[in-house]
Amino acid sequence: MTQDFDSTRRAFLAMMAAGGALATLPGEEAGAAGVGPTVSTNAKVVIIGAGAAGTALANRLFRRMEGGQITVIDPRARHLYQPGMTLVAAGLKPADYVVSQTTDWIPSGVDLIPERVALVDAEAQTVATENGRTVDYDFLVLAPGLVLDHDAIEGFSLDMVGSNGIGALYAGPEYAARTWNAASQFVEEGGRGIFTRPATEMKCAGAPLKHTFLIDDRLRRAGNRENAEVIYAAPQGGLFGVPIVAEKVRMLFGERGIDTQMQRTLTRIDADAKIATFDTADGPVEEGYDYLHVIPPQRAPEFIVQSGLHWEDRWVGQGWAEVDQYTLRHNRYPNIFAAGDVAGVPKGKTAASAKWQVPVVEDHLVAATQGQEGTAIFNGYTSCPMITRIGRAMLIEFDYNNDLVPSFPGVIAPLEELWISWLMKEVALKATYNAMLRGRA
Amino acid sequence: MEELTLGTLIAVFEEMFGRGLFWGLVVAAGIVTVAYLYVLIRDRHIGWRKFLIAQMFMPVGAVAAVWFVLAVTSSRLSDMGGAIDVIVLLGIAAVGAVGAAILVYTIESLFFRSDKDTRVNTARDDVRDAVGQPAE
Repeated sequence: MTQDFDSTRRAFLAMMAAGGALATLPGEEAGAAGVGPTVSTNAKVVIIGAGAAGTALANRLFRRMEGGQITVIDPRARHLYQPGMTLVAAGLKPADYVVSQTTDWIPSGVDLIPERVALVDAEAQTVATENGRTVDYDFLVLAPGLVLDHDAIEGFSLDMVGSNGIGALYAGPEYAARTWNAASQFVEEGGRGIFTRPATEMKCAGAPLKHTFLIDDRLRRAGNRENAEVIYAAPQGGLFGVPIVAEKVRMLFGERGIDTQMQRTLTRIDADAKIATFDTADGPVEEGYDYLHVIPPQRAPEFIVQSGLHWEDRWVGQGWAEVDQYTLRHNRYPNIFAAGDVAGVPKGKTAASAKWQVPVVEDHLVAATQGQEGTAIFNGYTSCPMITRIGRAMLIEFDYNNDLVPSFPGVIAPLEELWISWLMKEVALKATYNAMLRGRA
Repeated sequence: MEELTLGTLIAVFEEMFGRGLFWGLVVAAGIVTVAYLYVLIRDRHIGWRKFLIAQMFMPVGAVAAVWFVLAVTSSRLSDMGGAIDVIVLLGIAAVGAVGAAILVYTIESLFFRSDKDTRVNTARDDVRDAVGQPAE
């Protein structure tokens, strides 16, 4: 009987120890990520834009500023989880996967004005909307996102998307779903697929590559890869802005038999004849296609330029807001900041960048309400879970220096195609994004 | 990722499952754990026959957990690309196995109490079988 009792007691204790170890695994420090102490202020803060950056900042400032007045101006009723659009365009998620309501995320103590901004008067510190409303501010945050210039491609209009082999996943969730309609026909029938990207700065420079990889994988799964030609055509010289990543993608393209046509820019589409025209150093070149993925040139919203808040001598014609790349503070108007796609900084038009930019703007803005200087620095962090096929991705993170800055060094190799990186994109990313919107991650 | 705290993790899981479902799952896991501890303390020993039956469900739990994760993430076993992937997969299998065993053991103890475990001699035989000790 003694033996019996001892063995059960030992087993019981062992299980308790194992349970205890499991219970303590997740982490040591509790508390919301990076939200600093509350300050008392009567500052009026206006945030233009309720996208990833604007919404996250509104939530964080609302929590930190006691007595301040926060106003968000954005006419869009829908909030889009844009990182999900590549999944929609590959038939992996439905269009509504990326859609929520703007009002779902704005705290009730923050004013939301559902109007489009017409002009910022940085001297008078006012924002005018297209409806004729004028809102004055002590601090202004520019986070309106960017504009897709579909008209810049001759012969192209959005109603073409989804038929005649034309896809354009950036245009919105419905267009991403229609892109899959066109792409799935290519997957079934084979032929010649051309995947483009624009010459301008663009949001998520990995997305054109992801779409190429995913449709290549779809062709393989359909047993139709040998009947298809997959071509990646881009105005740049390299496949990705970070040289070490560009080399890795070049190798993967080689393995997958994906051809490249570099330094050519899509300028014109003849949808009836299925011919795309590209500008090259040697003049225009025409290419026939069975599937064409269009990503148009991208620029800042017009009011940024109209208000004189843009870079005059950099990214000419694109209009990105002229801010310091480390503090995101406007170079000429210290009470104006920019975050997200509109910020004129060398890297970072991704949700992951917005996640890192927002606490920096918050730090400097809150410090300024107290007459102090902030200390936080944005190092250019950008992250791209580069999907290389359904079920695998590379978790690529980098900064202004083109250095890889892996979050999990030694565990998740950035240039290795891994299932865990796919899991992050597929399962954890939207949840993390939503937590970020609420200012909790 | 900028920083990974317990608060961030909870926020992410709340968003992943929805706040209600996440905390529902936490409560369900808590109830099973408490029920498991309750039957251990109530019975003052592990019923090895029940434990063996529960162990038989471990492979089922492991396979079910792996299948579930692969299914909801559009993945296949051939997507495993590196050591970390295999570790994660084994971890998912282990959690499924242990979870299934605890669940089955608890259900057995709560609802099928009057089996052989209550008879001391048989229980001792089971112990010998299970731990490979010689008979007295």
